[in-house]
Amino acid sequence: MSRSSAWETVSIARRQDRPNAYYYINEIFDDFIELRGDRSFADDRAIIGGIARLDGIPVTVIGQNKGMDTKENIANNFAMPNPEGYRKALRLMKQAEKFKRPVICLIDTPGAYCGLGAEERGQGQAIARNLLEMSRLKTPIISGVIGEGGSGGALALGVADRIFMQENTIYSILSPEGFASILWKDSSMAPQAAEVMKITAKDLYNFNIIDRIIKEPIGGASENPKEAARLLEVYLKEEIIGLIQSPISEILKNRYNKFRKLGEFM
Amino acid sequence: MLNGIFRKPRYAQIKGRKDENVDNKPKIPAGMWIKCKACKGSIYHQDIKKNHGICPTCNYHFPLAARSRIHQILDRGSWKELDKDMESVNPLGFDSYNRKLEKAKDISKQNEAVLTGVGKINKIKLVIGVMDSRFMMGSMGSVVGEKISRAIEYATEHRLPLILFTASGGARMQEGIFSLMQMAKTSAALARHDDNGLLYITVLTNPTTGGVTASFAMLGDIIIAEPGALVGFAGPRVIEQTIKQKLPRGFQQSEFLQEHGMIDMIVERRELRDKLSSLLLLHQPKEGDIDV
Repeated sequence: MSRSSAWETVSIARRQDRPNAYYYINEIFDDFIELRGDRSFADDRAIIGGIARLDGIPVTVIGQNKGMDTKENIANNFAMPNPEGYRKALRLMKQAEKFKRPVICLIDTPGAYCGLGAEERGQGQAIARNLLEMSRLKTPIISGVIGEGGSGGALALGVADRIFMQENTIYSILSPEGFASILWKDSSMAPQAAEVMKITAKDLYNFNIIDRIIKEPIGGASENPKEAARLLEVYLKEEIIGLIQSPISEILKNRYNKFRKLGEFM
Repeated sequence: MLNGIFRKPRYAQIKGRKDENVDNKPKIPAGMWIKCKACKGSIYHQDIKKNHGICPTCNYHFPLAARSRIHQILDRGSWKELDKDMESVNPLGFDSYNRKLEKAKDISKQNEAVLTGVGKINKIKLVIGVMDSRFMMGSMGSVVGEKISRAIEYATEHRLPLILFTASGGARMQEGIFSLMQMAKTSAALARHDDNGLLYITVLTNPTTGGVTASFAMLGDIIIAEPGALVGFAGPRVIEQTIKQKLPRGFQQSEFLQEHGMIDMIVERRELRDKLSSLLLLHQPKEGDIDV
């Protein structure tokens, strides 16, 4: 089977030792205080969030958090959130709006969890609500992919004013495996799927869906996590300064138009 | 010679059909007699047609063509279609997508998986969008997202209530990330409709799953479902593969959703128009606004 460059990116994005949201939060932000729970059902460990400082500015930071080892991954459900995870994220975003803190979301999920409980508690509703509320949240939002950006489960943290992807990450409608099995009835054709699906940072940048590709150390973020964090930190600090100086009405109008123009048709 | 004389003969075994809800491919009645997917009875197609597309024996709601739905719901002659000619392109250059689109247009006699327009229910003006599962499983690509967003914006601009009928297998895979972004686009348009204090009702029909469930389907001020409709985020097969066990009976059906607090009510097709009319009437700001 021929290896595609897109498939190599998939492999780097999924590395077990790739720095996770928790790592970046601690490396980039100061005084992180975690806030837990959705206030109605549970505290979903697939998503973490809280208050911290970025360059001295109080912000709300939220991230889908894979585990750095198997034990942690099981505890975090491999960063596949249940509805309570999305509801916690929304609670923290509304809180950020109230206290006029910018929001930063770090996306890293194979997708929203497909389980019995997730359906019973309204996975679709939880994601939909986040999309709607993020589109009108009266505070700046920066979102970006730090690993896998899988489907609606990723987008539910991705309606933002600035959207980035690290160099070796993917953002897609579903996993290449899922795509291959649905359209070609053969999940082993995932490498080919990765290619045709156009899921790399470069692809999305060319489609005007993301604003910036963040460089990674050679070989990917896992090879030098500290350096990867530094590169991301430079970007976040630069963007947040610009955003907090813009009037919120301007920001909201631009956020709406940013998504409104997406789509190809005749 | 006597070999096998006392042996039990082997017969070919015919396995029973699996649960009718797992196979949710909509089949459009074509012949004179139609087999009901739920009760397996044979029904004369005119009887189904006269009965709003409902099985007279077991009340199974057959998937409805978008135009039939519009005919059933709106006041006669009030329908004005918007963006009728909008068509899909192939943004990823995906092999076989063009062919699939042509086939879907052929089968459905329409350009895409949703029809949007303006109409009236008992003289109350509204914007309506109806998805059609015969068009590539009612999947949402750029055109579905754009037509729905424009319909929402039209409703916001003209201060009209909005009703969307959903029927979708989810995202249009062939349009990749563009398809995903339609979820955000439609939801953002709904936020503005909502900010203007306008009424939005969704009617979930069989099946409503994936990206449509996780965007405009579940955002109604009032959410109605037809009886027995499959409604969920993940499809039943995906969940079974994830949890490696059979799903309980009735899982992800309208009745299940109602029990779990996800929808406001289940309304039979033949009562839908009246129910929608009552809801619209209750949300009319003042008498003078009713367009007579």
